[in-house]
Amino acid sequence: MAALVLAEHDNASLNEATAKAVTAALQMSTPVHVLVAGADCAKAAAEAAKLQGVETVLVADDPRYAHLLPEPVAELILSRASSYEAIVAPATANGKNILPRVAARLDVPQISEIIAVQSPDVFKRPIYAGNAIETVEAKGFKKVVTVRVSAFAAAPSGGNAAIETIAPAADPNLSRFVGENLTRSERPELTGAKIVISGGRGLQSKENFALIERIADRLGAAVGASRAAVDAGFVPNDRQVGQTGKVVAPELYIAVGISGAIQHLAGMKDSKVIVAINKDEGAAIFSVADYGLVADLFEALPELEKALGR
Amino acid sequence: MKVLVPVKRVIDFNVAVRVKADRSGVELANVKMAINPFDEIAVEEAVRLKERGAASEVVAVSIGPAGAQETLRTALAMGADRGILVKHDGPIEPLAVAKILKAIALEEQPRLIILGKQAIDDDCNQVGQMLAALLNWPQGTFAAKLELRDGETAVTREVDGGLQTVALTLPAIVTTDLRLNQPRYASLPNIMKARKKPIAEKSVADYDVDPTPRLKVIEVREPEKRRAGARVANAAELVERLRERGVI
Repeated sequence: MAALVLAEHDNASLNEATAKAVTAALQMSTPVHVLVAGADCAKAAAEAAKLQGVETVLVADDPRYAHLLPEPVAELILSRASSYEAIVAPATANGKNILPRVAARLDVPQISEIIAVQSPDVFKRPIYAGNAIETVEAKGFKKVVTVRVSAFAAAPSGGNAAIETIAPAADPNLSRFVGENLTRSERPELTGAKIVISGGRGLQSKENFALIERIADRLGAAVGASRAAVDAGFVPNDRQVGQTGKVVAPELYIAVGISGAIQHLAGMKDSKVIVAINKDEGAAIFSVADYGLVADLFEALPELEKALGR
Repeated sequence: MKVLVPVKRVIDFNVAVRVKADRSGVELANVKMAINPFDEIAVEEAVRLKERGAASEVVAVSIGPAGAQETLRTALAMGADRGILVKHDGPIEPLAVAKILKAIALEEQPRLIILGKQAIDDDCNQVGQMLAALLNWPQGTFAAKLELRDGETAVTREVDGGLQTVALTLPAIVTTDLRLNQPRYASLPNIMKARKKPIAEKSVADYDVDPTPRLKVIEVREPEKRRAGARVANAAELVERLRERGVI
């Protein structure tokens, strides 16, 4: 039996989350097939075909899949589900939205946001915002799994999978796309970035985030934020790092003016190297930081920018 | 229009959870419990719909031990009209919860079911989507804004790149994200009033659902602890250290 991975993409290109979910899927069942559901998504499909370990890319190219609405996409996955032992998606907004629908219709539990595949039937996943790690066994039924992408390496490119066009499934016509307001950024995406620099309430204003952005540009880093900074309106919601926002695990995470609420720590504590800059030396963020700088960020950030320029 | 709001009793988000010594799970005895924060947002949204005249009745339902009655009282004090307590001791998986909620939805015939996007204990993020699938209803997950129009609801969702708006035909499922609203504090008079609001007691067997978990929990462990590292004196030293580590 095989595994099917639901691709994360924007039609024009494949999101790296897909390559990470492929890595997890390969540990569950082989061969691995990737399903690209989209509209004018040939480019994304071609990128998926290059992922090593992928045998076949199934492409359902139809306007009804343009925005990956969960009702029609779940029907599409269900129309192919009988051929697979495992159905896998990255735990992105789309994966989390679509996959439980599939699991319920298959009458199987879903295993959410796994961080390790211990054996093809045994998975590790964080519970209580990562304050505990649960090991669960899923035996005797089809596995429906979402994958925390920060926990898996991306499958390398260099493969050459077959691309097979498949017919769309019935559209339940229950919902329609109205519009979207996506943040455009020249910087790397939060979940895939090697370096992330995040700001918190300590930044005090939207304008002051420019201090963070200038350093991000020097380092080629993504910009994140704490929930407090998002709630205060300093940055849009999709920048939020934390239990209920994005979970990141970059090589380097720099937390600026962030106190280190459990909520935030859950989203970044698996980063390789953590730096904290905060004027409150008792801030909880220092308890997880490899390097702590107790300083007023309005002095420290310009100095940091200068030091990086040397 | 009737609105159904499922609420879960979980460990209060301010409490540091402890893993049991035998690694069978997390210590729940003598720990402060509270309504799941995302469910509180769901109750608030439903009550606001009623206050605006868009909803006629708000029914809260909880599946859990006898103590879940307190969780229902919290929802009733916020403004829900009545409660349904489906008594169940021990773990229950999202799929079984969704099946029970489906049975209740078929009985109660709500036009809208608002749920928290996830419970902060098991972090599954499944029940709303599963319930939508079992009922064959549309879903608007991770809602930041909800508007009702003729026969449909427009839901603005928090997605990876920003916000997305979808229109769902009613009846529909909505799951809440953090920024949908700021839940109210229940006033003392409303807490008193909530004591008199009806709560119907049911059992899982009433809905012909098997609550036996299908995933086997092998163990629950504490994550590896990170230790605090060194302090640096200034930005220049920080850059030096990071260069030594090879991360910049």
